[in-house]
Amino acid sequence: MSATPGRIAFATVVAFLGIAPFLPMAGMKQYMLHVVIQIFIWTFIGQAWSLMGRFGLVSLGHGAFLGIGAYATTLLWNFYGLTPWIGSLVAVALAVVMAFLVAYPCSRFGIIGHYFALTTLAVGEVVRLLIIAERDWTGGSLGVTLKAAGDASFIALQYADKQVWYYVGLVLWLAGLWVWARLDRSMARAAMEAIGEDETAAASVGIRVTRFKLWLTVLSAALTALGGVAYAQYITYVNPETLSGIGVSLRIVFAVVLGGMYSLLGPTVGTALTIALSEWLRIVFGVKFIGMAETIYGLLLVIFIIFLPAGIYGSLADLVRRRRRPAAAPATA
Amino acid sequence: MLELRNVTAGYGAFTALWDVTLAVERGEAVAVVGPNGAGKTTLLRVISGVIAPRGGDFVFEDAPLGGRPAHEIVAHGIAHVPEGRRLFPALTVTENLKMGAFLRSARKDFRDSLERVYALFPVLAERHRQRAGSLSGGEQQMLAVGRALMSRPRLILFDEPSMGLAPVMVLRLFDLIRRVREEGYTILIVEQNVRQVLKLVDRAYLLEVGRVKMHGRAAELSEQDFVRKAYVGL
Repeated sequence: MSATPGRIAFATVVAFLGIAPFLPMAGMKQYMLHVVIQIFIWTFIGQAWSLMGRFGLVSLGHGAFLGIGAYATTLLWNFYGLTPWIGSLVAVALAVVMAFLVAYPCSRFGIIGHYFALTTLAVGEVVRLLIIAERDWTGGSLGVTLKAAGDASFIALQYADKQVWYYVGLVLWLAGLWVWARLDRSMARAAMEAIGEDETAAASVGIRVTRFKLWLTVLSAALTALGGVAYAQYITYVNPETLSGIGVSLRIVFAVVLGGMYSLLGPTVGTALTIALSEWLRIVFGVKFIGMAETIYGLLLVIFIIFLPAGIYGSLADLVRRRRRPAAAPATA
Repeated sequence: MLELRNVTAGYGAFTALWDVTLAVERGEAVAVVGPNGAGKTTLLRVISGVIAPRGGDFVFEDAPLGGRPAHEIVAHGIAHVPEGRRLFPALTVTENLKMGAFLRSARKDFRDSLERVYALFPVLAERHRQRAGSLSGGEQQMLAVGRALMSRPRLILFDEPSMGLAPVMVLRLFDLIRRVREEGYTILIVEQNVRQVLKLVDRAYLLEVGRVKMHGRAAELSEQDFVRKAYVGL
């Protein structure tokens, strides 16, 4: 059996799973635990984004779905005492409706590529501005804290113990990997790749272009909303800047582009690196240079898109593949 | 086999096709010729389901297909070789052919269809692992035709296949279409290269500003003074 990148990725995940359940018990510091939980949750969101991104459906407004997810459950709990277990279903339903409202007209009227990206960018901002404008409900730009329900409440999905969130995050991350791998092996992937390359050609062989694009956008939005719910329940505080709008939307994109959106572990590697980077920048610069982190993100994003479009993980995987089979890369004359 | 009766179609307030009546019999090769802007491409778009006709009937093998979506048209046995070939350049030859058999009905016959295409175009079998974008122009044309055959059609639509090809390639292209025809497929071809296409087909329709101006046997049509002067340039 040769070590293809797919097998290496699979082995890495299995090996990690072997030790993952015991990591928090090995006296992991609270801070480390917090960082790892963030990585799990944001990776899940990045995986959801990459379901679209890898097929050329570049969304710069996933903050919209994230915000809808986080705010829907939070407000339902605070105002009506509705448990997040049901609230999250409402949140997903709302995100699906929103995705449909954006994606249907876009694919119907051929808004693709850059134009699609710009449309989603606007949608993300609209959701952020709506959250700020409805301040009686949402607390405006100050955000809103979840009504506390004790140190450990199943009904409220609130746990002060970070270990619980570690396992929740782990499950989410695995679920994201599973959806990704499932889609990767399906006929839908072939259809989406064809659509990504040439919509006219795809339609000419009988692929239902509009239906596939809608389906994928809805799936991606639903998972992103779930990620928003998980993040809100973990932090127990929601804020329009951290959960909606351009800033957070671009962070999701950046993490995935950095790691590589065409490979299973790309979003994981990218998210881990960006979170590590932002923690490091926070410690180094503190509050001295506000906006420094964003500036460095932006620069890195430009550099990566130009020099490593397959991302760090994707490029490494390609390298391994080429090393193993030097003869398999045909010289195209 | 295919019958259009008084089909009218257009875009927004603009009408590109007026009252077009056209028929293709099983086993026939039929051409639609005419100058730029005559409505040839609109005609194919109606047949392949990209746009819905505004009026008239469109029947294929007794099934009324007017206004049905593209994937249903393909499922009914009409394949489309789009203008400019429209391959998936980053996919390999085999993957391109696989996409041609995307529909459930075609998927189960995939192996068999693949062998038939490779038998018809052996050069594609030689290059099956190569990316479509790295093929020569002629090979890409074969692949575009092969991909259309993968959906197991009975009627194949060709949209301006000679567009953008060098004259020597155009001759080879028409050879290729002739071979497809000899395999028993029915063909409807839209072309600007009137002289060449009239040598290939049985009958032809001449379209002008959205209306059928003339139709008849290809040999007779190419003898008409009007056609010779206006389109063949003899």
